[in-house]
Amino acid sequence: MKLCSQCHEREGVVHLTHIEGSEVRTSFLCAKCAAEKGIQTTAALADTPLGGFLAAMGEGGGTGGTHAAAPAAAPDKAGEATCPTCGATIQDFRETGRVGCTECYRTFEEPLRELLRRLHGSTHHTGTTYQPPGTPAEAIPGISTQELRDQLKRAIANEQFELAAELRDRLRDHE
Amino acid sequence: MIDLSLLPDGGMAWLDASGPGSHLVLSTRIRLARNLSNHRFLTRNDSAERLRIFQEVTTAAAETEGLRRAASFRLDRMDSLDRQLLHERHLVSRELAATGPGSVRVGGGLLVQDLISVMVNEEDHLRLQALTSGVDLQGQYRQLRRVDSELGQRLAFAFHPEFGYLTSCPTNVGTGLRASVLIHLPGLVLTKEINKVLQGLTQVGLTYRGLYGEGSEVVGNYFQLSNQTTLGKGEEELLDQLGSIVQRVMGYEERARQVLLRDATSILEDKVWRAFGLLRYARSLSFEETMNLLSGVRLGVGLGLIPNIGLYTLNKLLVFTQPAHLAAVAGRELDEDDLPVRRAGFVRQVLEEEVGRHNA
Repeated sequence: MKLCSQCHEREGVVHLTHIEGSEVRTSFLCAKCAAEKGIQTTAALADTPLGGFLAAMGEGGGTGGTHAAAPAAAPDKAGEATCPTCGATIQDFRETGRVGCTECYRTFEEPLRELLRRLHGSTHHTGTTYQPPGTPAEAIPGISTQELRDQLKRAIANEQFELAAELRDRLRDHE
Repeated sequence: MIDLSLLPDGGMAWLDASGPGSHLVLSTRIRLARNLSNHRFLTRNDSAERLRIFQEVTTAAAETEGLRRAASFRLDRMDSLDRQLLHERHLVSRELAATGPGSVRVGGGLLVQDLISVMVNEEDHLRLQALTSGVDLQGQYRQLRRVDSELGQRLAFAFHPEFGYLTSCPTNVGTGLRASVLIHLPGLVLTKEINKVLQGLTQVGLTYRGLYGEGSEVVGNYFQLSNQTTLGKGEEELLDQLGSIVQRVMGYEERARQVLLRDATSILEDKVWRAFGLLRYARSLSFEETMNLLSGVRLGVGLGLIPNIGLYTLNKLLVFTQPAHLAAVAGRELDEDDLPVRRAGFVRQVLEEEVGRHNA
């Protein structure tokens, strides 16, 4: 039996090839470590990826239907909570697979964080930071100086010199 | 019927085969999912709230550079055929167009300016989209980002410090970005290499769908390649990754075509000319058959085996041979028996004109 190259505990079931730039890394993962990276293995396959996660939510990993399998013991906090803004419960979410409003992401933060981790392999947004209304005008059109610098670096690396010149001008305007 | 002259270039500039890599890639689409923090999301709101959302979005859009001149449509005020027409042009999703059974959603809307459009009250309050010809991920994202930022200055978007942009479905949380490239891969299908390529895609966090996105079947050897996850990676990283894989897949497809041309010239020639012959002379064509035959002709054009047919013409046929477009041309709704006959007639006419133009 070949062990998972990440946890070195369970049997590996999936070969993962990770390509970053020109660097190729391969690893051999067990179902659990693969799921944490957002990769579906045959063993974990449900009707739909989201469906499987939803069915398991708040049920200690059960994969049965929607309501019937609800545990008899006291449900966890998120299990009984109701969103103060839209009135949705975790049960509503499990049935529709859709979140009710912005506040739901706070009300059901823990189960949703777990779900996001399983879906995306991460819970941390590393993309553009939202500039809400009232942000100083110089921040418009919304691309931060750091973002522009990163784009410039990439444009030079890719030998897109026309684009690099445009970005350099925009950076100058920003600074 | 809808006045298509309101749409910039009929909403079809993405078909003109002018972008980089158009010989293999039909279009690049980028969409950003955004929601308003002060309104309930789709599954918990009602018609009145959706109408307020539509109002707020159109008011804000009118103040922006990117959408000031936008044509604005309320889908619930259109008849079903017009909604389907917009769907066939890839401007609204099947769900928002509600072409199937079930009533159309009150407050569902569409704004279009140049290559940018916004679906309102789709699964998310706003779905900003850029759609263009060929492969152009970075350029389209820059355009879309500008509109996103202009709108975000006027509307309070739902944003979480850890999770990023919040969406109705958790699969879109984070960047809310889905970038997809619609690519024609007959070489890889004919050489039976396609499954290997598609399997490889899923291992690097990408996914594939058919011509009409989620839930649609692959027809005519068109594959929509897109990012699977939206959280944990920045927008540029997601685009770079998709872009580099698309370049690689294009390389594989070119290679497969060269192999076919070298090892199976006569079979290939026969295949593409048969496809052309059927399209040119058939009297009844189903949509699927048309897609598959167009795929064959497109391959023949790409390999230089069939002269005098433009990619723009083939691209337009992909869209115009669909039911709502054929009905628009006929000026009336067509029934199941009429459609294949009308389709074949339309294809014959277009190809005749195209060949005639080149022979003139």
